[in-house]
This record gives sequence, C-alpha cells and structure tokens, in this order.
Amino acid sequence: MANYNLTVPISDEDIRALRVGDTVNLSGVIVTGRDAAHKYMIEHFVRTDDVPASEQALYETLREILQGSVIYHCGPVVRQREDDGRWEFVAAGPTTSIREEPYEAEVIEHFGLRGVIGKGGMGADTLQACGEYGAVYFHAVGGAASLIADAVKEVVAVHKKDEFGVPEAFWVIRVEDFPVVVTMDAHGRSIHSEVERKSKDALARLTYSVD
Amino acid sequence: MKNVDQADQAHPLLESFVELVRRASTDLPADVEMALKVARDQEAAGSAAEGALDTILQNVALARANSTPVCQDTGVPIFYIYHPPGVSTQSLRSQIEEAVAEATRRAYLRPNAVDSLTGKNSGNNLGVGFPTFHFEAWNEDFVHVDLLLKGGGSENVGVQYKLPYSPLEAGRDLEGVRRVVLDAVYQAQGKGCAPAVLGIAIGADRGTGFVHAKEQLFRPLSDVNPNPQLAKLEDTLLRECNELGIGPMGFGGETSVLGVKVGAYHRLPACYFVSVAYMCWACRRARMILQTDANRQACLVGEVEYK
Repeated sequence: MANYNLTVPISDEDIRALRVGDTVNLSGVIVTGRDAAHKYMIEHFVRTDDVPASEQALYETLREILQGSVIYHCGPVVRQREDDGRWEFVAAGPTTSIREEPYEAEVIEHFGLRGVIGKGGMGADTLQACGEYGAVYFHAVGGAASLIADAVKEVVAVHKKDEFGVPEAFWVIRVEDFPVVVTMDAHGRSIHSEVERKSKDALARLTYSVD
Repeated sequence: MKNVDQADQAHPLLESFVELVRRASTDLPADVEMALKVARDQEAAGSAAEGALDTILQNVALARANSTPVCQDTGVPIFYIYHPPGVSTQSLRSQIEEAVAEATRRAYLRPNAVDSLTGKNSGNNLGVGFPTFHFEAWNEDFVHVDLLLKGGGSENVGVQYKLPYSPLEAGRDLEGVRRVVLDAVYQAQGKGCAPAVLGIAIGADRGTGFVHAKEQLFRPLSDVNPNPQLAKLEDTLLRECNELGIGPMGFGGETSVLGVKVGAYHRLPACYFVSVAYMCWACRRARMILQTDANRQACLVGEVEYK
C-alpha cells in the first residue's frame, strides 16, 4: 500500500498506477454532485443528443472542469460570509455512493472522470467503467466532515443551488490534500466486494443450523 | 422589528434549545468517543481500518474545537420529550422548531427537510413532520429532552424483519432475533458508516417498533440491560456482529459495531417484528433537563442542565 499526492487533472497512467489500499492526498478543482445532480446530468447531458439551450452554459462549464477530475458525492454544510458574500464549507463528509450506481458508469465515460469520491463503495457497473475508461473509486471517511471541510480551500462557484437546494447543488471547490483511500481500482479489484464475500462466509458460520 | 425582550418572552427557551442542537451536532457523547478510541487500538497497525478510526477521532476533536458539525449529514433531528402533566407541549414544540431553524442559520445543521412531492428543500429544517417529536407525560417534576441527530446513510440501512424469516431459518424466539440482527449488519456493510450502534425493538407494531428501536439508542454504551435474557443477547450480538469482519467504513477489521441495545415490547399474537435502527459511529445524542415551576406549568429558563 503506497501513498500518493495527486493533482487534477489526473493522467490515465497515474490513475492506473493506483491499487486498492493506496492512500491519496488529492488537490485541485473538483465538483460535488449527488442524487439530484446525477439524475440531472443523465437526463440533460448524457442520455440525449440535444442539450437544452438553457442548460448549455452549465454543460460546457462542467465538461471543462470534470475532464480528468473527480465528482465528490457530498452534500455539505455551508456558510455565506457576511463581508463579501462568498461561500465557505463548514462540514463536508461523503454521502453513500451506491445510490448513484445506476448513473455513474455513464457519467465517468461522458465527462472523462478519473474517479469519484464517496463512501460505502459502488457496484459492478462502476467497477467495470473504472477499468474501461481509467478511473478509481476514492473512499473518504464517512462523517469526517469538519476534517474534510478543512481541506476545502475555496468555493469557486455553485450551480443549481436554488433549484436543487444546498445539499444537492453542484459546488465547484478547490481542495488541498483531501485524504482518501482507493477502494476500487482500474484493475477490477474492489475492497467492498472482498469484504462482502468474507462477511457472508462469517454470517453463514454464525447462523449455521444443524437439521 | 421585534425587540429582544419581546422575542425572549415569546421564546424564553430558544437559546437553550439552540445550545442543545449545537452540542448534539458538534460533539460526541464521551462514551461513544471512548469506544472509538478503544476500537482504534484494536485494529492492525497501518491498516485502512486503523486509518479510518484515526481520521474519525481527529475529526471529532476538530469539530469540538471549532464548534462545527461532526458530520455534514446532521440528519433528522429526533426529539423524545418527557414532561410533567400541565406543561404545554405546544409551546415546547414551537420553541424547538424556532431553535432548529436558528441552528440551521448558524450552520450547526444542514438544511435537510425536502418536500417529497416537489423536491424543494425548505431551507430551515422545518417541514411536515420535520423535525420529529415524541412527547410523553410522566410523574417527575422536570422536563427531560433527548435529541438524536440521525443521518440518512444510517437511516437507509435500518430494517424491520417479520419473524419467522425463512432465508435465515429465524423463528419467533431470541435465537431468531439474533439471526436477523446479524443479517441486518451484514446487509449494511459499510454503507451506514460503521462502526455502528444498534437500537433494536422486539415486538410492537411496525410504526412504534422503530420509535422504540431509536429510544434504545439513548442508552449509554455501558448500560447493562436490566432483563438478564436481553443483557445476554446484547453481549452475544456485540461479539458476533464484530466477527462479521466488516470493520470501520466497511474496510474490513475488528470493529463493526460499538454497542447493541435491545428492548422487548408486547406484540400482537400474529405479529413478531424485529426493528433494527442502525446508528452510524457519529451517534449524536444530547440531553437536557429543564426544571419546572411549583405548579409544573412552565419551564424555568435558569435551570437548564445538559447531559
């Protein structure tokens, strides 16, 4: 298990060098997106040839930022500064990623993501997309919200805040040394499926019945 | 504009309730933090599990020092309020609602109340049935307010079994209960932010089963069940849940569960429910005691005690 410092945009070569269990300190501009954001991206950008004119500007913005970057599954607590009206992240741990499983593989492909950050791991479709397009699943520590907010150095922009609400908006943030663990890599390995398999055996042992 | 005195008269307990919310959101109960430290020392040196628990403990210390939320998912604020007869629950409710909105403005809480029909977030944590209140009159002369902040990740992995449950050959007895609780923890994997505290209700109806299961989460981790059968079940489940090897965050490891608390309630002859409330490691409970006046009519502001 190695430790890496990576700055987005990340190259295909660098992402494929990562293996499950590696720890990474991530830096650069990334974007939060969770349930509403994934549904929106799929409906307006990914599964259509016709991006609505009203959404075109945001589409271009996201394409530019996300190429080689990562999406962070997170609904933060934010505060608006009184002096200059700028937003700050107060608490910003990961949310459960598996809810985005129906969408993530297509989002990775469409935007050229090098990874997603979340918690709890994702399923077979995402794992396959990681191998196919060169991406990994970065696990942040669930609930470590104040610590991760400390790594968020700047809120660059926010999109869809009024429409989606604070937790669901696209927050464009600049992070420095965001601590994550690779739990699904581009080589088909997932800590989540390995732990699940072992715990299934343990469950069978603990609930064994003699007929 | 209302002047301050008028505001204080209308909501004399407002600041006290804001403080209760702040404490619940920005700090952990001492017993939970201690259990996390013990768990950290049991994980293999250099393992992902040890790393996760180190991060968790650093985060708890930082949240406390900065008075910022331990977790950004400040959840549903769930209030259990025990009060002498005669105290106005209406007044308590409206002051707590005002305090929840104020705590949201101060960024102790994330706006979490979403309209199920329109998808619109109310922005202040107030909505239909949000936050959640459970009032119960009792014969003590003080008001006891318990608050639990329970996030969505852990709420999503909560589960209710109906016994008998044939996939696990779980019958209508404590052995059946043991089997389905192990299954609940297995199904949750790391998704509910393990290591967890489990609140379990045996019996009751479907609705109150979960109400009682969450009540169990207010028991300190060291609390021993007064019923010897349930005490034994709690010990067994704590040990066996950890044998599943799911570990902190589902990284694999020694500690998947920090505590198991079980209550048994009367049931219908035809029904045998086991309700499992899965609480994440950030088991954010806080308690306050309010003294009342001689007639038990009003809460006295000067006598607030936090626990």
